[in-house]
Amino acid sequence: MATTTIQTTPPALVPGQPPRARKGRSLATNRGGFWFVLPFFVVYAVFLLWPVVYGLGMSFFDTSLARPESDFVGLANYRELLGDPLVWRTLGHTLLFTVMSTIPLVLVALLMALLVQTGVRGQWLWRFSFFAPFLMPVATVVLIWQWLFQYDFGFINATLGQLGLEPVGWLTTEEMAIASVVILTVWWTVGFNFLLYLSALQAIPESLYEAAALDGAGGWRRLVSITLPLLSRTTGLVIVLQVLASLKVFDQIYILFGGGGGPDGAAAPLLQYVYDTGFVSYRLGYASAISYMFFALIIVFSLGQLWLSNRRGTSQKGGAA
Amino acid sequence: MSTIAPQAPAPRVARKEATDRRSSAQRSPLGVRVGVVTALAVVALLWLAPLLWALDTSLKLESETTAVPPQWIPESGFTLEAYRSVLASDDLITWFVNSTVISVAVTLLTVLVSALAAYGFSRCEFRGRGVLLALTVAGIMVPPQILIVPLYRQMIAMGLVDTYWGVILPQLVAPAMVFILKKFFDGIPRELEEAARVDGAGSFRIFWQIVLPLSRSILAAVAIFVFIGAWNNFLWPFIVTSNPDLMTLPVGLVTVQSTFGVRYAQVMAAAILAGLPLIIVFMLFQRQIIRGVATTGLGGQ
Repeated sequence: MATTTIQTTPPALVPGQPPRARKGRSLATNRGGFWFVLPFFVVYAVFLLWPVVYGLGMSFFDTSLARPESDFVGLANYRELLGDPLVWRTLGHTLLFTVMSTIPLVLVALLMALLVQTGVRGQWLWRFSFFAPFLMPVATVVLIWQWLFQYDFGFINATLGQLGLEPVGWLTTEEMAIASVVILTVWWTVGFNFLLYLSALQAIPESLYEAAALDGAGGWRRLVSITLPLLSRTTGLVIVLQVLASLKVFDQIYILFGGGGGPDGAAAPLLQYVYDTGFVSYRLGYASAISYMFFALIIVFSLGQLWLSNRRGTSQKGGAA
Repeated sequence: MSTIAPQAPAPRVARKEATDRRSSAQRSPLGVRVGVVTALAVVALLWLAPLLWALDTSLKLESETTAVPPQWIPESGFTLEAYRSVLASDDLITWFVNSTVISVAVTLLTVLVSALAAYGFSRCEFRGRGVLLALTVAGIMVPPQILIVPLYRQMIAMGLVDTYWGVILPQLVAPAMVFILKKFFDGIPRELEEAARVDGAGSFRIFWQIVLPLSRSILAAVAIFVFIGAWNNFLWPFIVTSNPDLMTLPVGLVTVQSTFGVRYAQVMAAAILAGLPLIIVFMLFQRQIIRGVATTGLGGQ
């Protein structure tokens, strides 16, 4: 009734080997699969699928936290957000933060990984220094940086003073607000990208470098001609992950400026506007509509990068053939 | 979507490569090596300085934290006064317990639920499998932040606002982890399971006694990743709890921070206590955590 295939080579117990295509039903194809998936699907349906649908529905109502009943308003919420200057202003902050943070978060991570991968002594210390901040709760990170950024007694301004420079209003001037958030964020999360790069570097076979060295390629040449080209896929991935993460910025800005979004709201991101609209002004329906505009942005970016990487993938294959 | 991280490279190979690199670095000219070490030291110092300064501040008398110019070694020496006063109020300990209970519960339940589902997707045929799998993958794209408004409404309706379950349940949905685990299970040869089935073992017993033990490394990686996320999660616990007795550490620190006023030594002591547990865990399990983060971090795509 069931087929077991006899293989000529014994299967290695290596996890991660590509799945073998199986035709037909084997003994290990279990019945009762539905029961395995059921618990996950229940939490998925209740806490992800339903809120997604419910939130979309809510965006067509004037739902409020302040009163129980709500009326259908059609596209009014969406029409309102198109003309709402605060939507565009906070979206601008989010996009600016995304650009300003992604660039250093990729370049610094790459630099760190290249330096550590040279194999000099102190591997444990380097990895610890670069990655430890990533493990801190956002509250800890922000409290530390609020203290460092403090205008009168903060460590950074004090150091600048000792160098004979003027103190900077890190958290108190509109020009510096987003830059300060970028500095904090790079310090906090660069370790994650650093680890992604490090594991990619470790996957490059040493033989490539040896061959290049035999051909007389120096260290710089090997970096430019071997390492960086082989890292381009990883770089693409790191950029995509980083952009998606940066677009969702909220926590650190909210805490850093005590919910105020910085001097005159100069750093308030779009998600903070969603939060304020929903939980401070109680306009859940309108907050949902803004959330869905943001969701659409994320989807467009995700699909766009997928389309781009697919196109690049096929053209590369075409070139190799 | 097709990329899954180089799954759990055998540690032996990685270590061997590292030593190879070391020897090749030794072959590079002295000047280059000095340059690399200097650059590393500068960057590491930049990254450690904020932590060291926070630690330093937390060990000072309140009156000496605002000395100008700043001093690494305060005139009246170091003191644990700030830690004593922070721990004297019950708040921090309550939040610590809350964070621990919630993070452990989220981690255990998420890993269990996700591993079961991943096994079901990997090994079982059932009606609707394709649809459910597609939904799971699509779920990876949904940013949790857009769910806060409808989820909060839902929590009110379910009476879960200001309860442990209200914080825990929405965090159990981890489609990316299901996807990573499914990929891993796909790679486990089926022969062992077939042998067990011939011996009469049921699906669940095969899963529990054969598949799970074979997957310890990936389960650890997923658990670590989920735990870090749960311990550090801010937005959802912040929204769903308003009772200080039920807050997690990150939320409590932020909301009740005003009680510290501008007592910087105490603020830093509290911040460090909140950050310490994961740092200690990291010091003990650096290798596993680094591997786990690299695996799950990329697998999410």
